Amino acid sequence: MHELSLCEDLLDQVKSLAQQHQATKVASITVKIGVLSGVEPLLLQSAFEINRVDTIAGDAILIIEQQAAQIVCEQCGIESEVPPKRLYCPLCQSRETRLTAGSEMILERLELDTLV
Amino acid sequence: MCNTCGCNITPGNRPLVLAEKPAKGATTVTVLKNLLDKNDRQADHNRSHFDAQRVLAVNLMSSPGSGKTALLEATIKRLNGSLRLAVIEGDLETENDAARIRAHGVPAHQITTGTACHLDAHLIHDSLHHIDLSSIDILFIENVGNLVCPASFDLGHHLNVTLLSTTEGDDKPAKYPVMFRAADLMLITKTDLLPFLDDFLPNRAEQALRDLASKAPVINLSSRQNSDAGLDAWIDWLNEQMQLHRDRLQNRQTTRPNIQRDGQLLHSDPAQLRFRPVLKDGLRI
Repeated sequence: MHELSLCEDLLDQVKSLAQQHQATKVASITVKIGVLSGVEPLLLQSAFEINRVDTIAGDAILIIEQQAAQIVCEQCGIESEVPPKRLYCPLCQSRETRLTAGSEMILERLELDTLV
Repeated sequence: MCNTCGCNITPGNRPLVLAEKPAKGATTVTVLKNLLDKNDRQADHNRSHFDAQRVLAVNLMSSPGSGKTALLEATIKRLNGSLRLAVIEGDLETENDAARIRAHGVPAHQITTGTACHLDAHLIHDSLHHIDLSSIDILFIENVGNLVCPASFDLGHHLNVTLLSTTEGDDKPAKYPVMFRAADLMLITKTDLLPFLDDFLPNRAEQALRDLASKAPVINLSSRQNSDAGLDAWIDWLNEQMQLHRDRLQNRQTTRPNIQRDGQLLHSDPAQLRFRPVLKDGLRI
């Protein structure tokens, strides 16, 4: 259930960005969550429902974009999308691979209402 | 370092907020934000505390009951004062583990997290007030027994050690890839029980780790057997890491645990802020 504390941090960031830009309301929050980030999207969504109450993001929707694990093989140079428990090259079977996507947990986009 | 992909952005100038030109009444603002930005900044602060005192901080992670405290007890005995230790213990409740460590004459501070399933960098910083870093070489942080949440939090430590006990099943790395991918070293513990278990093969556990493209060394050991060769390998690894860390500090560098989110963050597309103009009564234009 670390999604709760993660969500508090997310909302702190959203609040300070909203304040910084004199927003009246936050309309939507988009985050990117990798399959290897250790964050469970469903749990983050329910944590958000609890934490958003009585904040500037009270009416905001949380959009979670899931990111699959992607690797590049250091041996054959091929990029592949792989399941999280098999991070080796599916083509040449090499274990010499580098993760290029899948571990991120990033605030991607904020939609803010601002007074004209 | 380059100016196009953002890798010249340092923790010091993050969060970065770059205002761009307004277009068609809407303004777009670019931000780079890791959701754990606050924790990660505290972690870097903790790491500089450790580095200033030339302390190596090792984070022990595993399921509950896989032998983290027993490993520490055996380590204390083996080192026999050749490296000065202190331990931070994380549990939901009780001082039991800290008491076990103190019984061996090693300072220990217990963090009781209540309901929290992991330690974070702020909890570690608070507990540093109870540990004299100037009089130790290695600080062990025994994380809350949990194969999920602790992997996501940088505590400011230098190395991750993940324990897998022989009673747990050798497919654990496949089941918990986030945790095992973070390991700088995997220890297979309770090997004295192997003769009684027909479903755990150390080779299979190592293969599951290799499938995660991990190059972390694997050591099999039993904390209960004083003459265990695996314990010797573990002590050698610790001494080696202590030396490597001191060499890095000499060159004004530090050691970071296996997983670094920053690289991922800085090379991903920056976030956008989209502003929707509204009138005072909340109506849209």
